[in-house]
Amino acid sequence: MNDLIDFFVQNQAMVYFVILSIFVGVEIIGSVPTVLHTPLMSGANAIHGVVIVGAIYVMLRMDPTDWLGLILGFLAVILGTLNVVGGFVVTDRMLDMFKQKKK
Amino acid sequence: MLEGILQLVYLFASITFIVGLKMMGNPKTARNGNLFAAAGMTLAIVGTLFMHEMEVKPIVYGLILIAILIGTIAGWLTAKKVQMTKMPELVSLFNGMGGACAALISLIEAKELVHFYQTEGFITANVGFMATIFAGLVIGSVSFSGSIVAFLKLNGSLSKPIRLPAYNYINLVILIVTVVFAGYLSIGFETMLPVYLLLLLALIYGVFFVIPIGGADMPVVISLLNSFTGLAAAFGGFLYDNKVMLTGGILVGSAGTLLTIVMCKAMNRSLTSVIFGAFGASTSAVAADETTGSVKDIGISDLAILMNYSKKVIIVPGYGLAVAQAQHAIHEMELLLESRGVEVKYAIHPVAGRMPGHMNVLLAESNVSYDKLVEMEDVNPEFATTDVVLIVGANDVVNPAAKNDPSSPIYGMPILDVESAQHIIVNKRSMNAGYAGIDNPLFYDPKTSMLFGDAKSVLNNLVNELKSI
Repeated sequence: MNDLIDFFVQNQAMVYFVILSIFVGVEIIGSVPTVLHTPLMSGANAIHGVVIVGAIYVMLRMDPTDWLGLILGFLAVILGTLNVVGGFVVTDRMLDMFKQKKK
Repeated sequence: MLEGILQLVYLFASITFIVGLKMMGNPKTARNGNLFAAAGMTLAIVGTLFMHEMEVKPIVYGLILIAILIGTIAGWLTAKKVQMTKMPELVSLFNGMGGACAALISLIEAKELVHFYQTEGFITANVGFMATIFAGLVIGSVSFSGSIVAFLKLNGSLSKPIRLPAYNYINLVILIVTVVFAGYLSIGFETMLPVYLLLLLALIYGVFFVIPIGGADMPVVISLLNSFTGLAAAFGGFLYDNKVMLTGGILVGSAGTLLTIVMCKAMNRSLTSVIFGAFGASTSAVAADETTGSVKDIGISDLAILMNYSKKVIIVPGYGLAVAQAQHAIHEMELLLESRGVEVKYAIHPVAGRMPGHMNVLLAESNVSYDKLVEMEDVNPEFATTDVVLIVGANDVVNPAAKNDPSSPIYGMPILDVESAQHIIVNKRSMNAGYAGIDNPLFYDPKTSMLFGDAKSVLNNLVNELKSI
């Protein structure tokens, strides 16, 4: 119990941050029309590609003689970029079709 | 100084994610919202690359830039070239890439810890840090292998749900073993072997998690895996105390979970029944007795005449239309009928196609105007005054068993009330059951006529026939 309270006291800002972020996420989706579910899912898919930031960070700290690490990091950056670029481009293509109709 | 600016860049990127996602909830601002979030992401990536005070060897920089280049070109080309009908599986594939990226980061961190232990003889990381590493590893891997299975299911390579006997218990056991093992490793580990074992377990769980789920429920599964990857990214954020990864990850995690629930509601299925309830597994023999009967055919020329002299025609498009790439042909038919004074509308079921909104995107691609696409609640009362309903490549969304037959696996799903129309024309390639794998009593309705053949060629013939009248 004490450990738990200690953990909370030490990481208060983080705990608040996480809880508020969860509510923001829920709030954002609130009342989205069905038509936009697919593009929205695709857009959210692109945003979690932010994991690439972690991959780049890992690579930057990597010891250049650690070949296994370099290979894994290299792969991670490729996969992360695919997620980001592919995700945003495909979402844009989907939404482009909606825009045409607005004229 | 540089680090401080980087934190500001991260703050800005986090805001673009929130605002961008919010804008994507409205058709008018959706596209800009996506671009806004993309701009924020680009800034965050460029900032991470250059705004730091670490000494980085040129070879490492070179490798990172090459990797980004490869990823950008491959991602861009795939996303640009893919057919609109294939989008759902592409989203699933990209989602898997993100999950794999998160898992790889954790793997590298674990490797570093082992390396440190082997050279120094002790471990500096605390339990929380190690638990975060393994959480990212497990969730990322489940998301990766699950997405790949979902991808294979959607593109047809794995069409039938595979169910081991008592698969729910098997999955539960694998899940518990994985979690307990991850917890055990978080207390401390000295070699990489158990870490690889954990990775393998998580990958297997991802496969087993998705493989028993039927194709019709795939959108929900993809949405769920999407929020898993968000969670995995958030754990990466914890690991490095990186705020942009945290906001992006948690945002997608919670938004994705809610989106999953909303999608389930649109299909009148609960999330638990998607994951644990066997869709189609309980297909009883009871349904068989009422669905034996004779079906009626209709010829193209008869149909053309019937439609030409109708007052109101409602088209029910389904995935079959998309597969046959018949969205342009159907638009041509619609224009032709309109020019003859026939009122034409499209009835869009919330889950028509493979994902909610998928059908709207496909029809918008062939320039069908927005106001012709009518949602289910608004169109259902109109069927009673409709002369002809033309169902193209749809099946489960017009299956009356969802209303009348409590033993049917889709019982309770809201459907389009096509059977109240005067004439029902069903275009299908064959008498095969739909995606959910169940028979459709509508086809044996005395008012129903079947029009067999590939949607595109049938519709093209129909257009020619109409022109000649």
